Amino acid sequence: MSQVQSIVQSVSGRAVPLIGNDIDTDRIIPARFLRCVTFDGLGAQVFADDRSQLSGQHAFDQPQYQGAEILVVNRNFGCGSSREHAPQAIAKWGIKALVGESFAEIFLGNCLAMGIPCVTAASDALQTLQDWIAAHPAAAITLDLEAMQVRFGDSCIPVSMGEGARNMFLGGTWDACGQLVAQGAAIQQTAAKLPYVSWSR
Amino acid sequence: MSKGTLFDKVWDLHKVGTLPSGQTQLFIGLHLIHEVTSPQAFAMLRERGLSVMFPERTVATVDHIVPTENQARPFADAMAEEMMQAIEQNTQTNGITFHDIGSGNQGVVHVIAPEQGLTQPGMTIACGDSHTSTHGAFGAIAFGIGTSQVRDVLASQTLALSKLKVRRVEVNGSLMPGVYAKDVVLHIIRKLGVTGGVGYAYEFAGSTFEQMSMEERMTVCNMAIEGGARCGYINPDQVTFDYLQGRDFAPQADEWEQAVAWWTSLRSDADAEYDGLVVFNAAEIAPTVTWGITPGQGIAVTETVPTPDSLTAEDRELAGEAYKYMDLAPGQPIQGTQIDVCFIGSCTNGRISDLREAAKVAKGRHVVAGIKAFVVPGSERVKQQAEAEGLDKIFEAAGFEWREAGCSMCLAMNPDKLQGRQISASSSNRNFKGRQGSSSGRTLLMSPAMVAAAAVTGKVTDVREML
Repeated sequence: MSQVQSIVQSVSGRAVPLIGNDIDTDRIIPARFLRCVTFDGLGAQVFADDRSQLSGQHAFDQPQYQGAEILVVNRNFGCGSSREHAPQAIAKWGIKALVGESFAEIFLGNCLAMGIPCVTAASDALQTLQDWIAAHPAAAITLDLEAMQVRFGDSCIPVSMGEGARNMFLGGTWDACGQLVAQGAAIQQTAAKLPYVSWSR
Repeated sequence: MSKGTLFDKVWDLHKVGTLPSGQTQLFIGLHLIHEVTSPQAFAMLRERGLSVMFPERTVATVDHIVPTENQARPFADAMAEEMMQAIEQNTQTNGITFHDIGSGNQGVVHVIAPEQGLTQPGMTIACGDSHTSTHGAFGAIAFGIGTSQVRDVLASQTLALSKLKVRRVEVNGSLMPGVYAKDVVLHIIRKLGVTGGVGYAYEFAGSTFEQMSMEERMTVCNMAIEGGARCGYINPDQVTFDYLQGRDFAPQADEWEQAVAWWTSLRSDADAEYDGLVVFNAAEIAPTVTWGITPGQGIAVTETVPTPDSLTAEDRELAGEAYKYMDLAPGQPIQGTQIDVCFIGSCTNGRISDLREAAKVAKGRHVVAGIKAFVVPGSERVKQQAEAEGLDKIFEAAGFEWREAGCSMCLAMNPDKLQGRQISASSSNRNFKGRQGSSSGRTLLMSPAMVAAAAVTGKVTDVREML
């Protein structure tokens, strides 16, 4: 993947608000859907149990949010299991960026490795944003990673992201695999200095 | 920023360099893989034409999908069978050690690596499973990763990471009889919240942890992630060294002496600087039970379900959701809550000492009619040891089912599942909605001894009354 294609400066599109704190990865993708050897097909199963219990009233089922590309959540989104199936399912449903009050650490790392920016905003700003989206579901919003803000209608809210992650999106280097592998000699040097690497067992 | 802690020392020793983004490229000393989060990573390697850089530093087993009753191949579940074949093939093709069912070494990944001596102080350890924090009990920096990161470790034995802050979580004093490591960690999460550890590594310190066995320490570190901390650790000491000595992959002879000296040098300095400190008193910790839908919603077994006015505005909203889902009323005592299923096992509490404590309670008593109670050893070795001690016979005589090793009903992606609205007393780590295999099933987390007490009384019971 070339760096040019990987650069993420901004994401614009319609948004979907998903209200609630501590939405864990078991709810995002229940464990029974992890019985697979590829990530294909997870898009249809995202939030499967929550959606079936709300019989059509879950934001991911509501007609006005179909085709949304930015997911706006609350506190501690993605807590629990390390399953990348969770952000993969969200991405396969069509989401390209997330805005929330906070994200669980491993979920955040998975999104970064997949090239999906997750930014945080203050609780009251998020509520304003979620309310606005509910009132204007057909309108596009913009997450701008250079200005570090989300713009909607005539308003905008400031957002945050770790500096390392932001640099990776803006520089197109969020897919770290190639960069890591390229450091073969330095990796061998680090390994050679670690006592346990040379122990005989 | 922290300075002079074990976390800082291990981080610096494993630092390969700084990436253009400013993140650290960190060497991973031990990579553990299992059938659920690795097949896609191997597929990504193949797509990119990459190979495994250090195959000898990755170890594989199967745990999440394995049935704990009939393990005959092919598995009845065709999808589980496909995952088995994928890991068999991927490990064989890439020259990775695979601890298969029946090898005598299979089990929950976080149980087998410590018992074989693979987990050692001063290592960095990664695995595509959030409970990798378990290995921090040895003074390793261990954390869960996703599948793209599993790919990165396979390809380069490194990860791109930002350094965590370090908070010292101190607990001092002796635990009361009937209070276990599980209660300590449930208490910590209750007090610090499920987001208290986000951005942090937790250093568990103080006399309570110093007095704990390695298995108890593993239970505590295992659930650091439930408190939001991607990794938790305890400084290595004589208890750590005694546990490790003589295990399959522990250093031997001259190397053992070198190892102990090196491990000791990695302990946090007396004047280490932390990004935060919290202190608890062990005497204040009671047997703890969760009543809600996050591991932070715990109370002492003698307490009542919290009322909305006793909670912060933030917690009130989630509590409202939890009352409804759990069908528990504010102000209701948790003791006496009727139970349908009792599960003893998991990477949190599926080790031999856990089974011994549960067996003490089960011995000479019987599971109440209508309750399904089962014990799932964390590994084939744990099962063998338990059988050598006659624990299986105690459990079976008491009406518990005795199973094969696996993750079982902790996450229920195998045949062990709750049905409908069933409510479980569970020694596992998560009480999320739908976690145990039924989208409306309910989970009460507690120690293995408390689960055994629930099984033989049919309801949530203070195990202290039964010892």
